[in-house]
Amino acid sequence: MAKESFISSSIGRKVIVGLTGLFLISFLLVHVGINATILLNDGGETFNTAAHFMSHNWVIRVMEIGLLAGLIAHVVMTLKLHFENKAKRPVGYAVIDGKANSKWYSRSMAVLGTLLLIFLVIHMADFWLHTKKSIYITGEEENPFEEVKRALTNPIVLIIYIGGFIALGYHLLHGFPSAFQSLGLNHKKYTPIIKALGTAYSIIVPGLFAVIALALFFGLVQ
Amino acid sequence: MEHTTINLTLKVWRQKNANDKGGFETYNVKGISTEMSFLEMFDVLNEQLIAENKEPIAFDHDCREGICGMCSMYINGRPHGPWHGTTTCQLHMRAFKDGETVTVEPWRAKAFPVIRDLVVDRAAFDRIIQAGGYISVNTGNAVDANAIPINKHDADNAFAAAACIGCGACVAACKNASAMLFVSAKVSQLALLPQGHPEREDRVLNMVAQMDKEGFGSCTNTGACEAECPKEISLENIARLNREYVAASAKSEG
Repeated sequence: MAKESFISSSIGRKVIVGLTGLFLISFLLVHVGINATILLNDGGETFNTAAHFMSHNWVIRVMEIGLLAGLIAHVVMTLKLHFENKAKRPVGYAVIDGKANSKWYSRSMAVLGTLLLIFLVIHMADFWLHTKKSIYITGEEENPFEEVKRALTNPIVLIIYIGGFIALGYHLLHGFPSAFQSLGLNHKKYTPIIKALGTAYSIIVPGLFAVIALALFFGLVQ
Repeated sequence: MEHTTINLTLKVWRQKNANDKGGFETYNVKGISTEMSFLEMFDVLNEQLIAENKEPIAFDHDCREGICGMCSMYINGRPHGPWHGTTTCQLHMRAFKDGETVTVEPWRAKAFPVIRDLVVDRAAFDRIIQAGGYISVNTGNAVDANAIPINKHDADNAFAAAACIGCGACVAACKNASAMLFVSAKVSQLALLPQGHPEREDRVLNMVAQMDKEGFGSCTNTGACEAECPKEISLENIARLNREYVAASAKSEG
């Protein structure tokens, strides 16, 4: 029988989705850690130092390319899988009792992911593009903390961000343990720990992002 | 238990053949004993239809004791209906309330085309089993069954995986029409035992290749298959299938 290649097989693709997902999860920890320095309430001094390091250090610059590649691979692969999977049931059911056998967010990963992608585009246009422009085009002195503060005093921006964090939380709630299952890691002893860790991560990380955004909006940190 | 009877309204999918567009027909059944199985209720309905000179509803069934995997009805949005760990033939009418409307559909998947009414073609599963669900046995004297020591834990897991009756409820329940739970059970029951080891790597590669070729979707770990499986096949088998596949792919020279 003709063997199919790993990458084109259904399992191979899921392994890629899981690996890139875990890679993006690890990045979030760095991101939330740097953002949390805003809560030190030191006028953004620590935050600005960290942001400056992240946007100038060459090791980070290289990793940024890897991050973008990981994100693109995750998005392209999941969207491809989503549309392929949809075509595997050309005639749908009249009645589906989805809540009887699975969680709504597990069935809605494509929608949650698309919302996240829209959020990411807005987020990147707000900060990442702005920083790049300052560094490479206008050469202005950057003050990322002031940038963040300015953006988040707008209630519409705040609502978009809180919405993004909620989508992120539910996406992680399924994605975190799911990545381990896709990689074949399911064990009577360790899987409950992974699931508990995933739930904690999905609440704490987006929650911390939200707390920082709210603290800036209400002027609790200056 | 007290004997009671109920009346139901049934919305049943009718389709003359694979090319027919099909649609729902509504039927009323009266005086259904709550001790009947769901299939017995369908027998009553079919006798009623025959008496009215109408075409009876075609549906798959065989053993009617929950072990053959032939019955396959999607009842009120769930494969094999509302009860956990049961096939349609073991679903009893006490699961329904008097006056309830029950919607009955065939399994829906590209790889399971409807043949007629509620009957679908599940030959795709047979072809997946043909691709790797076998072991090599030398001819000659029969080997003593207990000659090869097998770890109790592995034997239990292999036995649990072998409980799969190939009914296709996992595919029917999955939003992606994925056959991963079925394939994982078939791969696991042999991968866990020493008798399955000579073909271990070829088996997983060939069975997954056949699964993809048949047009089943890919797994997104929603867990709907495990929740609806009448034999309660565990998601651990899917993780094992993933492991087996990754390891076999890495070692494969092809």
